[in-house]
Amino acid sequence: ASGAQGPALVEGVGLGMAGADSDDSLYPIAVLIDELRNEDVQLRLNSIKKLSTIALALGVERTRTELLPFLTDTIYDEDEVLLALAEQLGNFTMLVGGPEYVHCLLPPLESLATVEETVVRDKAVESLRKISHEHSPVDLEVHFEPLVKRLASGDWFTSRTSACGLFSVCYPRVSSTVKAEIRQHFRTLCSDDTPMVRRAAASKLGEFAKVLELEYVKSDIISLFTALASDEQDSVRLLAVEAGVSIATLLPQEDLETLVMPTLRQAAEDKSWRVRYMVADKFSDLQKAVGPEITKNDLVPAFQNLLKDCEAEVRAAAANKVKEFCENLPEDSRETIIMTHILPCVKELVSDTNQHVKSALASVIMGLSTILGKDNTVEHLLPLFLAQLKDECPEVRLNIISNLDCVNEVIGIRQLSQSLLPAIVELAEDAKWRVRLAIIEYMPLLAGQLGVEFFDEKLNSLCMAWLVDHVYAIREAATCNLMKLVEKFGAEWAQNTIVPKVLGMANDPNYLHRMTTLFCINALSEVCGQEITTKHMLPVVFKMSNDQVANVRFNVAKSLQKIGPVLDSNCLQTEVKPVLEKLASDQDMDVKYFAQEAISVLSLA
Amino acid sequence: HKLSVMAMSSAATTAPSVDKVDGFSRKSVRKARQKRAQSSSQFRSQDKPIELVQLPLLKDVSAQEQPELFLKKLQQCCTLFDFMETLSDLKMKEYKRSSLNELVDYVTLSRGYLTEQTYPEVVKMVSCNIFRTLPPSDSNEFDPEEDEPTLEASWPHLQLVYEFFIRFLESQEFQPSVAKKYIDQKFVLQLLELFDSEDPRERDCLKTVLHRIYGKFLGLRAFIRKQINNIFLCFVYETEHFNGVAELLEILGSIINGFALPLKAEHKQFLVKVLLPLHTVRSLSLFHAQLAYCIVQFLEKDPTLTEPVIRGLLKFWPKTCSQKEVMFLGELEEILDVIEPTQFVKIQELLFKQIARCVSSPHFQVAERALYYWNNEYIMSLIEENSSVILPIMFASLYRISKEHWNPAISALIYNVLKAFMEMNSALFDELAANYKSDRQRERKKDKEREDLWRKLEELELRRGVQNSDGVIPT
Repeated sequence: ASGAQGPALVEGVGLGMAGADSDDSLYPIAVLIDELRNEDVQLRLNSIKKLSTIALALGVERTRTELLPFLTDTIYDEDEVLLALAEQLGNFTMLVGGPEYVHCLLPPLESLATVEETVVRDKAVESLRKISHEHSPVDLEVHFEPLVKRLASGDWFTSRTSACGLFSVCYPRVSSTVKAEIRQHFRTLCSDDTPMVRRAAASKLGEFAKVLELEYVKSDIISLFTALASDEQDSVRLLAVEAGVSIATLLPQEDLETLVMPTLRQAAEDKSWRVRYMVADKFSDLQKAVGPEITKNDLVPAFQNLLKDCEAEVRAAAANKVKEFCENLPEDSRETIIMTHILPCVKELVSDTNQHVKSALASVIMGLSTILGKDNTVEHLLPLFLAQLKDECPEVRLNIISNLDCVNEVIGIRQLSQSLLPAIVELAEDAKWRVRLAIIEYMPLLAGQLGVEFFDEKLNSLCMAWLVDHVYAIREAATCNLMKLVEKFGAEWAQNTIVPKVLGMANDPNYLHRMTTLFCINALSEVCGQEITTKHMLPVVFKMSNDQVANVRFNVAKSLQKIGPVLDSNCLQTEVKPVLEKLASDQDMDVKYFAQEAISVLSLA
Repeated sequence: HKLSVMAMSSAATTAPSVDKVDGFSRKSVRKARQKRAQSSSQFRSQDKPIELVQLPLLKDVSAQEQPELFLKKLQQCCTLFDFMETLSDLKMKEYKRSSLNELVDYVTLSRGYLTEQTYPEVVKMVSCNIFRTLPPSDSNEFDPEEDEPTLEASWPHLQLVYEFFIRFLESQEFQPSVAKKYIDQKFVLQLLELFDSEDPRERDCLKTVLHRIYGKFLGLRAFIRKQINNIFLCFVYETEHFNGVAELLEILGSIINGFALPLKAEHKQFLVKVLLPLHTVRSLSLFHAQLAYCIVQFLEKDPTLTEPVIRGLLKFWPKTCSQKEVMFLGELEEILDVIEPTQFVKIQELLFKQIARCVSSPHFQVAERALYYWNNEYIMSLIEENSSVILPIMFASLYRISKEHWNPAISALIYNVLKAFMEMNSALFDELAANYKSDRQRERKKDKEREDLWRKLEELELRRGVQNSDGVIPT
């Protein structure tokens, strides 16, 4: 597509719409105006969402001269409509005649960028950023940059907030005089009176720094960063942390110590836990940005402090980063640093008073074994794993179990099996069904790592017990689990261990359990293959077609439809078809419906 | 940015066996089993026990010695204790508590104690104790209606500090002209941040403190209003989380009451750009009464604001939350109670289009709340005066719902409303009833025309697509 489409589209209107009435080309805009004024928001929304259709019908010129002015003048609507409009306009360049005319889109987007509602404003800024790239350097200076300036000096905080997101997209492509102006505007917004604007500026500081020349990063950005990082509001300070990380990546190593480290050190000890949380949360990025030397001298002690922080939120955020931090330590001193500085803190966290901290640690701690190797793992980490496997909080145990594969690669899972089993059994019977669901999902992995013998002996009965759980989601997951186990252990194993038990449930007095048999058959028929399905499962399904509960009967029909493809055509014709035909004349409406559906899907009619 | 670490489900707080039957348990039940949560960020762990030198009681020393001893006690009370550690420093905690009690009595009863040099010491002691970073909320999804708030662990001391400060501010000897050097913008800013405390007892104290400061420090008034603005805007557009909104609104209620007429543009902007958007927040129920009070205060001051206010409410009218819709209807009735007939006429069409939608809401509480308007004599008199405008707007909804609503109580109420309309203007009523069918048909026809139009437009677009891909279009 290109601008060349323009004239042809105008002609198209005549072709498409004219018919008998030549005024029909006016139709769309009249309709749009009508629809935009409709009382029903939904109708207004619909017409805005089809704005591109209307613009196509109008052609580029009338879109520019009639549609856009109309939209600019009528921006007063509900936020939902405005959001749709802001989004549409970001993709409108071709519809107004290509990059040459893209600046026509600026007036409505400028108004939208001053709206109160954050989502609308953000969307308008996103669209403005998008179309900024379609402006020629000249248009950027003539049309776009003045808009940014107007927003930056707007009365109400909303327009100034929006301006913050636009500096970085125009800066690289304008003249040096304009660049100086842009830097000045950004500086002003960084010390704005309202915290909302300072927050917006702080959150764009890193992005803006990236497009600035290095000399200005050093002269301008650093002082802004330092000021924002000591703002009176912690919500501003914490955003400066993120900017600090971006800035650090831009500076040469020798400048880091003097320009950013004092501020970052101060942030790691900020009196507000939110700021310290942010430092912990960005720790890996920070580590990469400052390099190995500063990491060794500064970040290691800072990380230790964060792991010992008085607020659990901060400890949890730091605990989450333990593995990544260790992984990225310089190789020459990695093991020493971990063993002498990090591991002692980690040991403390294992018995933290806060479950979220323990649980965050449990989700990464297993990863340390690959870094530390077999001997250290057995000597130092294994006791921690075992302690966490016995933790009172199910989430901690679950997180350990879900990461077993890391340890498996290093020392094998057998070392853990003693403690593993009681942990699994307890989770399998946890009162919260979501916990039970989570452990079921790890069963195939555990089965693979522990081997078929261990599984049959210890875990098989658990898997079967879930099939009769009182929560449907658990029964469903248990069914799916069986299928994955069969994929691992093979059809023969299935026939000997699980198929008899599953089929036994067909005689259960509880109809929900009888249905579970059918659901299992649905899941297992394909992995078990034609022989087992035909010989063992199918007779049970047939028998259940006489069940007194209609739900069971229509599930028989659904099952037959599902397993049909596994069966041979003879069996389908001579055995399945009569059963389905009988069900198709059942008294129950639903049974009939599903039987008929099966008949038509299996082409048995 | 989002602090989501703590969001990780409640799977953690297990109480085995009890939940076995039902995987879900009501949050409140679960919470009740836990110990009442307490938290405090005031204190960073410190290993050494704290030792304070026991000072004599104020009443035991001579009148000349009292001021100096008072200062010493103020300085001592700057020492902070760790209340999360329940067993540490028990004796010293008790000592500080009794000292604070003494200070409270002293500022209440003594005369001539407030010398210039006392002010900075008082403010310093209060600042040391109350200004702190509030601890993280216990859960990310703290639901103030359902969950117990986390209480401030150091309350035994904090309460007395607040009480002392309030007595100090209320003391007859208190001189704002001296105090303003110490109770400045920075002080107020920190005070406002504390309104986010989860502990309702603390917010209650803060409310009194801020009210006193607003009353006594004229130079801080505009600043306080601006900062409250910022808190509300941040609450509405950024975080949706701030515990002290109701308390701040309560203070504002009395501030608005005192606004001089004619209202300044700044105050009107506050109404339209800050108070009205507060209606969009999810937790509206927690501060709606105070908010509605503020709005009505504004309208009583200046009735010409009625139109922008009602337009604002209609713009933010809840789309999916019926509970909020009921609150909106309640607030609207409060507004209608004080509306001037000339203002009513300006807004009646838009207003009754919304009321017509509410009346036909499938949620019976919404429909019921709207229909209760017809029990309000003043509203009835307004409707009657303007029945020729309102009846045509309402009629279709009422007529349809009278036959369709699932709830018999609603049907009965609707019947009464229809009857009232019939008595008001029987000629118009009969005409509308006669035209009901043809009007519906016309609407359906219009819908169909709209569909046709869009279909044609889409066909056009499709055809273009085909042409383009065939490259038929000449350049």
